[in-house]
Amino acid sequence: MIAFIIKRLLVAIPVLLILIIGTFVLMYTAPGSPFASERGVPPAVLANLEAQYGLDQPFFVQIWRYVVGIVTQFDFGPSFIYRDQDVNDLIGQGFPVTLTYGFWSFVVAVLVGGTLGILAAVRHNTWLDYLAVGVSIGAQVLPNFVLAPILVLVFTLWLGWLPGGGWQGGQWQFIILPVIALSTSFMASIARISRASMLEVLTSNFIRTARAKGLPMRRVIFRHALKPALLPVISYLGPAFVGMITGSVVIDIYFSTGGIGQFFVASALNRDYGVMMGITVLLGALTIFFNLLVDILYAWIDPKIRY
Amino acid sequence: MLATKAIADDLATAAPIKGRSLWADARARFFRNRAAVAGLVVLVLVTAFALIGPFIAPWNYEDIDWNVLGNVAEAGRPSLETGHWFGTDALGRDLFARTVQGTQVSLMVGVVGALISVIVGTLYGAIAGYYGGRLDNIMMRIVDVLMSIPYMFVLILLLVVFGRSMLMLFIGIGLISWLDMARIARGQTLTLRGKEFVEAAVATGVAPFRIILRHIIPNLLGVVIVYATLLVPSMIIYESFISFLGLGVQEPLTSWGALINDGAAEMNNGTLWMLLAPLFFFVVTLFGFFFVGDGLRDALDPKDR
Repeated sequence: MIAFIIKRLLVAIPVLLILIIGTFVLMYTAPGSPFASERGVPPAVLANLEAQYGLDQPFFVQIWRYVVGIVTQFDFGPSFIYRDQDVNDLIGQGFPVTLTYGFWSFVVAVLVGGTLGILAAVRHNTWLDYLAVGVSIGAQVLPNFVLAPILVLVFTLWLGWLPGGGWQGGQWQFIILPVIALSTSFMASIARISRASMLEVLTSNFIRTARAKGLPMRRVIFRHALKPALLPVISYLGPAFVGMITGSVVIDIYFSTGGIGQFFVASALNRDYGVMMGITVLLGALTIFFNLLVDILYAWIDPKIRY
Repeated sequence: MLATKAIADDLATAAPIKGRSLWADARARFFRNRAAVAGLVVLVLVTAFALIGPFIAPWNYEDIDWNVLGNVAEAGRPSLETGHWFGTDALGRDLFARTVQGTQVSLMVGVVGALISVIVGTLYGAIAGYYGGRLDNIMMRIVDVLMSIPYMFVLILLLVVFGRSMLMLFIGIGLISWLDMARIARGQTLTLRGKEFVEAAVATGVAPFRIILRHIIPNLLGVVIVYATLLVPSMIIYESFISFLGLGVQEPLTSWGALINDGAAEMNNGTLWMLLAPLFFFVVTLFGFFFVGDGLRDALDPKDR
């Protein structure tokens, strides 16, 4: 097991480095200086600015500094637009917010989706099953950026139950709509996956044996069927995590929650390369780390996988 | 003697017996699936809307109707008299024409993205799967690495760094789309590689790359088509996502994502048609693609039968 984890880590580290270097190269090749404005900056000022941010150094010096800064001090460098802030400040502001509603979305997607899928499989071809299938088909065509306006329309404008945006330090009213908007499509996918795998498990031989022995249905499901049925769900958690991170951009923009996505799009629109790079690298690292976690979890649970 | 002659004549004139090919079989299965056929009809209608729309729309997608401007909530309502069948957007531009234009862009992005993934992904996967060994190992590791990168962010980075253009959007979306396809094609190739007809081709001295093109890829086609159909909607969702953030196609061009975003921004003013018109086409088309994709999978993918 330890050897497996180390082996996976050895793959994850180069991936992370490739991501950092790739992002940096992309930014380096970008035409124009980040300080060039429409009015035109005097060359002397521009040179001073570039010197201050280290942009006048040769390419390899710059990239070395950037990578070393991230790896040793977790320092993503300065923002090129907001002179008094660096990327870490922005991340420190936005990340707790993203983490809060991201966590709840994940919990809702897994719990509700998994329960729905398994109930649908156990009650195959009943109204519950049809409901679950209907919901998951419907949610397929409602990605978060479509669902968010609809939710606001219904719950804020028509019913007036919940605020249509803002964060207010994370009071529960402000969390509900973002969580629904973010989690629905993943909940639907999880429901679909767990339903399909539960159906497959329920028709397999060892379940028939368990039932033939006269075990009560509840015991068969919880003790025997649940674990193998949830394996495909676990392998979906990685992509779901990536999707939620991406989706958080929409949530931040639409609900003005002040999460990390808001900074990302703002920096994309005013070409603040430092912030864009920092956020891309951070989220990339998170993704890689989470995928690693899922892989390990999977290997730990699935007896068929040898490592 | 005469009898044999008659039989021979009979045989000569009789229509050749038509075998049922795999594709004819699949077509029959597909058309028996009601949801899939309905999806297909919807897709044909949406495509017709995108193609014919510009010719029947009384307004251009970039012209501003000055009569409406300043009073969009009242004068910009959907109506037959003003010629704004879907109403106007917040700037007084005709929403019907804009929806047509957005539909063109979104469909094109979806289809081009799927095409890139089909061509690149299938070739890549087939080569990796056919040659196997170390080459396979390296090629698939590369796919693994690329897959674990949060693509949406890199794509946005690309769009910002190299400027927002249709071409960049296509390149960016093409970069993402082929990864899954490569994995699927590789998996299928691995099973095909051991089949007798490939062995026969090898024995008769056909060059490896020719085997891939002539023998492997045609046999992959069924699975590839299924996944390509399911890829189109996800490409459309990607593009709409980017346009929703205001980073996709540039004004006055538009796409479903941009239109939905514009409509959502105006929701408070009671001009709901701005949201509902593009939303309707978006949802209906995605449904269409998913149903057609499911139908094709049932028809072509032997695994689920």
